[in-house]
Amino acid sequence: MAEDTLFQAVLDPANRADPYPLYARLRESPVSIQRDGSAVVSTHEAIRSLIFDPRLSSEDLPPSHRPRTGNPLKDWLLNPLKDRIATAHRPLIFRDPPDHDTLRHAVMREFSVARVRALRQRVVRDVDALIDACRGRDEVCLVEDLSYPLPVSVICDMLGVPEADEPQFQAWATQLATALEPDARHDEASRHRTVAAFDAISGYMRALIREKRRRPTADLLSALAAPSPSGKPAMGDFDLISTAILLLVAGHETTVNLITNGMLTLLRHPRELERLRADPERAPRVIEELLRYEPPVHFRTRKALGAIEIAGRTIPKGAPVILLFAAANRDPARFREPDRFDPDREDNQHFGFGGGLHYCMGAPLARIEAEIALVALSRRLVAPRLMADPPPYRPGASLRGPERLGIRISGLAPG
Amino acid sequence: MTAGDTAGIVVVGASLAGLRGAEALRRNGYAGRLTIVGDEPHRPYDRPPLSKHVLSGELAPDATGLPELVALDAHWRLGHAATALDREARAITLADGTRLAYERLLIATGAQARPWPAASGGRLQNVFTLRSRDDAARLRTALAGAPRRVLIVGAGLIGCEAASCCRDLGLPVTLVDPNPTPLARSLGTWVGGVLVDCLRDAGVTFQAGAQVLRFEGDASGRVVRAQLADGRAVEADLVIVALGATRATDWLADAGLMADSRGVTCDGACRVLRADGTPCPDIYAAGDVARWPNALCGDRLMSVEHWGNAVAQSAQAARNMLAAAEDQQTYRHLPAFWSSQFGINIKAVGANAGADAVAIVQGTRASRRFLAVYGRAGRSVGAVSFDQARWLPAYAEAVAEGRAFPPIEEATDQGTFLAHAPGFPPARATFHPIGVRHG
Repeated sequence: MAEDTLFQAVLDPANRADPYPLYARLRESPVSIQRDGSAVVSTHEAIRSLIFDPRLSSEDLPPSHRPRTGNPLKDWLLNPLKDRIATAHRPLIFRDPPDHDTLRHAVMREFSVARVRALRQRVVRDVDALIDACRGRDEVCLVEDLSYPLPVSVICDMLGVPEADEPQFQAWATQLATALEPDARHDEASRHRTVAAFDAISGYMRALIREKRRRPTADLLSALAAPSPSGKPAMGDFDLISTAILLLVAGHETTVNLITNGMLTLLRHPRELERLRADPERAPRVIEELLRYEPPVHFRTRKALGAIEIAGRTIPKGAPVILLFAAANRDPARFREPDRFDPDREDNQHFGFGGGLHYCMGAPLARIEAEIALVALSRRLVAPRLMADPPPYRPGASLRGPERLGIRISGLAPG
Repeated sequence: MTAGDTAGIVVVGASLAGLRGAEALRRNGYAGRLTIVGDEPHRPYDRPPLSKHVLSGELAPDATGLPELVALDAHWRLGHAATALDREARAITLADGTRLAYERLLIATGAQARPWPAASGGRLQNVFTLRSRDDAARLRTALAGAPRRVLIVGAGLIGCEAASCCRDLGLPVTLVDPNPTPLARSLGTWVGGVLVDCLRDAGVTFQAGAQVLRFEGDASGRVVRAQLADGRAVEADLVIVALGATRATDWLADAGLMADSRGVTCDGACRVLRADGTPCPDIYAAGDVARWPNALCGDRLMSVEHWGNAVAQSAQAARNMLAAAEDQQTYRHLPAFWSSQFGINIKAVGANAGADAVAIVQGTRASRRFLAVYGRAGRSVGAVSFDQARWLPAYAEAVAEGRAFPPIEEATDQGTFLAHAPGFPPARATFHPIGVRHG
């Protein structure tokens, strides 16, 4: 297989369950230029260098473009205006400094360690309640029963989004997350669906933010919407909406994979599951190794603003650059026995949360949720067995994780 | 067999370089006798917090201890400085008269704060320097006593950080410096100008271009004011003298080595040079005190008084101490420092002093968030970031490779590229032969 079809194979759903052999072959050339001009980067060293390279831009998303409606007022005035606003106010994962820094700073001030720690007890209660709800069953679907509802409920609570509204934006969140998938970017119809989902969810957020301004509560959205002491809001309304959407989507589409991949991996390594059950203090090590071994996000796309010479190749100016974090996480030049799941690993500098200036803002939250969930699952599920291995996967190659994870159990231990 | 054969390795200096050097010896497999000599009674501690969190009261002075990363199994000789080195006998003398034999010696005595001359008021009460943990503890106590005004002499890194802390404590501060801006020697006045605005916003009275002649005390011997060269006076009841440091080499005066107040001169492999310029096979130096031809800066003889150098150079020296004569590796180091002051995180790499051009490559001076690169004769020689450190490594790499100035022209957040004169003050006479004391 030629280099440039390897990445096509990565995108092929048939390889979703085990892309790692493909990654190993991609790593043979740290940077491989695809036929469409994009550069796939797959070694730890090359990615490490690129995430700190100021020539790599995150503003790689194609501009927003609403489809023709036949209504001249919409086609010639309203929609072009909306497209320009949406393009100019992308969420901060698609922004560069200095705007990126301003937005991130405003969010991070509120996405604080203290706010995340305060959620710990709540996560513990949620996890126990979700597991209790499986009482009497001999089969659970981990995705449906725990790994999806947990982070969704936590992010809704943290943001201040009424959980009762969740069913209406679940589909929007899934559609918006496809913006990270290379296939969807090139697919006009999918991009139109994304714009429609964006319009719907931003209408919802606009109303919610208005409500938060009227009656502020203790949540993050109220804090971001409130004027700062100087009287100036932390960010403009359009940025506020896109930031709120980003946090909500990220809460829906990433941690679910960390928890599901985590339990899947532990069920494939029963000795590690047992060790975690016996010693919950191992949880942080287990989570870090999971973030390396089966990360929730496999790659992100950037754009080269200038020609970049790296690892003996030149990434041409303007080329999309695919940072294959999950391949770097298995780089034998960086990790000893990279294909072995080993929570006792030292010096585990993985890219499970990406890296550089776009390093995951939700990392502390994801870690806490995954720790609590996996410890509880290891202690409470009696004799858990995988029902299908590999399980069926969701379509995404970047946000990669099982669609369902059926586990047969012989009962529940008390919480 | 002489006594020296069982004496093992002696490390003189129990701060960062001494500790990390000792650890590197153990890590590289040295199992023999290891002795660490320190002039202070304390185990190794970290200095950067002293002018920041310790002054502000967030961290107790004794909470700055450095972790021992490797089991050292060392003999600690703390509280008595080394006072002499006898190379012939392979022994050092300590302040309490003890003689310590060595097989190999690592000199990591660091530097000492340049004191204010006693004749001009240096011995008055409430005149402080800030170098050691005890200095910081004393100064912290004095600051907690709510002085009416703090005068800081010298707007280098320590002076600026102290000024920032004093303002955080709500104390009125006057900062004087002979140059037009703070950090003029390390960053130049063009970048330093940003800090002039920060000082103003923070409420520090900054007297640029001012020189202090002497401090004056009251009847009880307590400082009350400083007289400036231009005839003005600054009323202040607490003074921090922040005029940099001199290398701690007095104890080597009669050792027959190339050593003076600029440091102990070494070859590229950290081996100390005899007065005739030949390397001693058994004496190495690392950290602030070491002066060596740095291949990354055109083989210029330099000493680097920063944290990262202490760690890296002591590791290199330790490695070479255990290696055969034909396997000595050259130490190359890109100088780097960081500082936090006035809510800004400053990071710098390279040898900026002596640059002939500086340009913002990302961000703006007005936003106080930027990355600037320094050039010399068309090459990139250094870079500094104000709250913009994430991309500094990319520029550091360009500097280390000596790429053209400016090194990266197609970056995000890049405005119009304009080179400016960096505004470094003319070199001052800093050379003081051993024996001339300033106290």
